[in-house]
Amino acid sequence: MTTSSTLTEKGRRDCLTGFDVEKVREDFPILKVKVHGKPLVYLDNAATAQKPQVVIDTISTYYMVENSNIHRGIHFLSLQATRAYEDARDKIKHFLNASHTREIIFVRGTTEGINLVAQSYGRPFIKEGDEIVISAMEHHSNIVPWQMLCEQVGAKLRVIPIDDDGELLIDEYGKLLNQRTKFVSVAHLSNALGTISPVKQIIEMAHRFGVPVLLDGAQATPHLKVDVQDLDCDFYAFSGHKLFGPTGVGVLYGKADLLEAMPPYHGGGDMISSVTFEKTLYNVLPYKFEAGTPNIAGGVGLGAAIDYLNGIGLEAVATYEHELLSYATEAVSQIPGVRLIGTAKQKACVLSFVVDDIHAHDVGTILDEEGVAIRTGHHCAMPVMQRFGVPATARASLAFYNTRKEIDTLVAGIRKVKEVFADV
Amino acid sequence: MSDVGQLYQEVILDHYKRPRNFRKLDGASRNAEGYNPLCGDKVTVYAKLEDGVVRDISFQGSGCAISTASASMMTTSLKGRTLAEAEALFASFHRLVTGQPDTAPGRVELGKLAVFSGISEFPIRVKCATLAWHTLHAALERKGQTVSTE
Repeated sequence: MTTSSTLTEKGRRDCLTGFDVEKVREDFPILKVKVHGKPLVYLDNAATAQKPQVVIDTISTYYMVENSNIHRGIHFLSLQATRAYEDARDKIKHFLNASHTREIIFVRGTTEGINLVAQSYGRPFIKEGDEIVISAMEHHSNIVPWQMLCEQVGAKLRVIPIDDDGELLIDEYGKLLNQRTKFVSVAHLSNALGTISPVKQIIEMAHRFGVPVLLDGAQATPHLKVDVQDLDCDFYAFSGHKLFGPTGVGVLYGKADLLEAMPPYHGGGDMISSVTFEKTLYNVLPYKFEAGTPNIAGGVGLGAAIDYLNGIGLEAVATYEHELLSYATEAVSQIPGVRLIGTAKQKACVLSFVVDDIHAHDVGTILDEEGVAIRTGHHCAMPVMQRFGVPATARASLAFYNTRKEIDTLVAGIRKVKEVFADV
Repeated sequence: MSDVGQLYQEVILDHYKRPRNFRKLDGASRNAEGYNPLCGDKVTVYAKLEDGVVRDISFQGSGCAISTASASMMTTSLKGRTLAEAEALFASFHRLVTGQPDTAPGRVELGKLAVFSGISEFPIRVKCATLAWHTLHAALERKGQTVSTE
């Protein structure tokens, strides 16, 4: 840490980034909520992030003056709604630095994005005996869709191992790649460990075998600048609700040539250009993959969240959060009997830990009494828990509206947990 | 006492740190496994029945303070009880932890188990407190499959 101690002790304005956290907090009405009579300390951002007023207002305005169905109406409101929705798609295109808006497919969330690829790419192009590579730190949503595909087509799932710090063993990954490998799907940023994986290298290595790569960006998008062209990833999936937008909307980016070659995922309205009982012609991208009336307000709200985030600047966010995570890591690891799970060199925003002889669930209950919201359990990554030999961890996950003072409250809470359990 | 103090009473912490009857039971006539996917708690309950009486009972597994202490105190409360008494005790215990008034005709004295009354303030932890009991119930019913709280 290079920040001077006098300034950091104030905990308000970081002179290094010029990031005014107190001002940002004003944008999030929920941060004023009291929990058990105490100020909410929301450290469960990896589960879902809170929403700024501007996102809430955008959704509410959409329903008050724009609501209509899209892509079909000739009337004024339908055109308004269509424009708002397609504007959001354009914002997402810029956010990911995709080449075309037709590469941006609205889905319900990361999970649906991955399932879409597993089925629509996997079923036609992955055959018996082929291999799909994932990593040992994936969320269940990047494991189960591939297992389902493997069962359907007779392919095999191969898993890149991780080391004790929670870093991918890149040499082992290299050994897994071969002529049978037909797909690679890995997390950009691990939800359970906070590890940022060397995804550019992973993609390069896969492409040498002509293998497409999907990145699960659910955790990365709120914290890291993502450039799908620079990464050269073939698919990128993320969720709106972790990006300070609404639940029930997410995005799948895919390279246009791959998406063109894939059959639709769902059949229905909006994804067709003509239907007869003899033959249906599918719509063009991205609509081919968007059957049915979508979450229009959600898409529009996600656009507002991206505007908001751009206004703050993801680089300022990343710098501030990095400093906050360093502060939290140091403070939590100084508590006797606390062990961090996930100590990769490249990390963001996730602090997973276990307390000696105290189950994560008990830690979570006692912290909740202090107003501190963390996640406890297996974080939908049971293989990660098995890898580290723990049934569960406590996980504090940060966002740019969290403060050093809140980290201090977390630390005091963990000390209280130890006091409660020291009584006997 | 704070709510957390109500929950983590000394007796509970004692049974968590020093669980009683924490072993595999040789010659058990019944056993079942229980699992709480929410927190990863796992428990195996063993029971030796003779003439409709729980002659011996034990458990193994890993879990939070509430589930471990509940399993431990369940074993100490049930040894020597008839099957009917065991089921009645479970019913009373369930009413206690879910905050329902215990006025049913089959009501039995909970004794030390009353220490779990604080759970009713923490609905998310009811599953922790009842996991071992549900598992025992399955063992007594000879259901044989793994019990899940979900």
